[in-house]
Amino acid sequence: MKSKLPLSLLPLLFLIAAPFCLPTYWTFILSEILIMALFAMSFNLLFGYSGLLSFGQAGFFGVGAYSAALLLRHGGDSLWLLLPAGIASAALAAVVIGFLCVRRDEIYFAMITLGFGMMLFSIAHNWTELTGGSDGLPLAAIPPLRLPGLELSLFDPRNMYFFILAVVALGIFFLWRLVRSPFGLILTAVRENKERLAFVGADVRLVRLAAFTIAGGLAGLAGTLFCLFNSMATPDFMHWSYSAKPVLMTVLGGAGNFFGPAFGAAVFFLLEQLITSVTDNWMIFLGAILIPVVIFFPRGILGTLAGYYRERREKKQP
Amino acid sequence: MESLVTNLLNGLSWGMLLFLISVGLTTVFGVLGVLNFAHGSFFMLGAYLCMQMMHVMPSFWVGILVGPAAVALLGVVIEVFLLRRVYGRDVSFQLLLTFAILLVLDDAVRLIWGPGYHVVDAPAVLAGSVPLFSHSYPVYRLFLVVVGPLIGLGLWSFFHYTRWGKIIRAAAVDREMAEGIGIRVPLLFTAVFAFGTWLAALGGALAAPHQSLAPSMGDKIIIESFIVVVIGGMGSFPGAFAGALLLGLLESFGTVFAGRAQMALPYILLALILLLRPRGFFGKEI
Repeated sequence: MKSKLPLSLLPLLFLIAAPFCLPTYWTFILSEILIMALFAMSFNLLFGYSGLLSFGQAGFFGVGAYSAALLLRHGGDSLWLLLPAGIASAALAAVVIGFLCVRRDEIYFAMITLGFGMMLFSIAHNWTELTGGSDGLPLAAIPPLRLPGLELSLFDPRNMYFFILAVVALGIFFLWRLVRSPFGLILTAVRENKERLAFVGADVRLVRLAAFTIAGGLAGLAGTLFCLFNSMATPDFMHWSYSAKPVLMTVLGGAGNFFGPAFGAAVFFLLEQLITSVTDNWMIFLGAILIPVVIFFPRGILGTLAGYYRERREKKQP
Repeated sequence: MESLVTNLLNGLSWGMLLFLISVGLTTVFGVLGVLNFAHGSFFMLGAYLCMQMMHVMPSFWVGILVGPAAVALLGVVIEVFLLRRVYGRDVSFQLLLTFAILLVLDDAVRLIWGPGYHVVDAPAVLAGSVPLFSHSYPVYRLFLVVVGPLIGLGLWSFFHYTRWGKIIRAAAVDREMAEGIGIRVPLLFTAVFAFGTWLAALGGALAAPHQSLAPSMGDKIIIESFIVVVIGGMGSFPGAFAGALLLGLLESFGTVFAGRAQMALPYILLALILLLRPRGFFGKEI
């Protein structure tokens, strides 16, 4: 455990140093990777830890984004209001929708979450007066980050980056503590054998609902960040093809590994950068990469690497 | 009255296309246990290959014969080389694998035929429109309304009266038992997947003169056919028919009574069914 700590701090050091060493363009890319990493990790609380494949997480991501855009439009101009509001509105949507969804399993759960996600999408798309319809809601201004004795403009990409990094790191730290808490263990037990868990007295639905709400709230936080980063909330954020993103990232990185989804998000964006510089048709490559990952490396890239590393170490010390 | 009949015909013609692609989806799920995300892409490929064939030989009927057959061949390749490796796995991996196939196929279509729209002309016999009350109505849609139930009837007879149809139903009821009485299940799986693929592509080819062709046409219909399959009952043939008709009519009449909220209606229906009767109208107990 002792030797593990510095190793896991390396990526964090890299993320802190990156904006000073890399061109501004990469600051934008890294900001987006961070937001998507939080989104994918919140999804993995459901998929990897509870065994629930949700195909509607973009709905909550979008609720977070729209809550920020709407609040800003109607006079709320403090980040200390926008962030909690984004979490709360998405968690509220998740608790209502989750109440209905968590009774179903596997493919039925995937379908019902897909349905509810698209329901949210159609609200954003068609309730033009409130949401601006398919054009979305642009942000007129991004409120500055007000700290005691300090006011930082988020129009500066570097400030925006560090703001995102701090919020995402807090979100990930929360998830880290959560999956290692007794609640996290119960969650894993739900995935492994929900009948047995029910026999020993746990309320399976309640545990799942709690996970669904937390995942929804964190997806909303990611959505709020993305809305600020993007200066815009659009219905596309809620479409099922957007819900597929955290799913793909998680599978790429590995659902069984805590940092797998974040790693997957990084791989996803780096590949996208690499491939779109050559051709517009990057989805065909993504698909072509995913097929062998699903068939041969179901533990994902990071999961497979970690497993390989562990095996080698165990061989050395029999 | 007039809008009633127009809406009814619109709903029925769309419902028939939905039925064709849903019945393939539901049969594949019933037998193989895989919910195929790429099914909408086969629908799209059917339409594009029909169009491509018509460039070579300018006849819609040749296109509808050759296009879907070519897509069915692709289905064989996909089943043998990809799907077969994940049957034993968790459902989510099967869903993800077919999703990856969707990404490849959709982008391949965009790469080959470009991102723009294409139009396929209806064959001369079915082109034009007929007078309907004070307006006119396209003949091709009436053709769809007629041909849908005919294909449905043909499929139903196939499933109930032919040896292969009975084998497929047997395998859907109990895979292990089917294997036990000497049915070659791997071969059957390939055949069923190719058959489902062919049905989706046939639907696509039939849809080609009805709507414009674009690389996104598979995305819309796959979600709707998921809804059809869930509300009708997964794996159920009559369920696919009833669900497709209901959804088709809901979409055409939805604009009348729900206005802008129409877009949300299919999803509300899906959620209600999953909550109140999760096995759907005709599904097996789950």
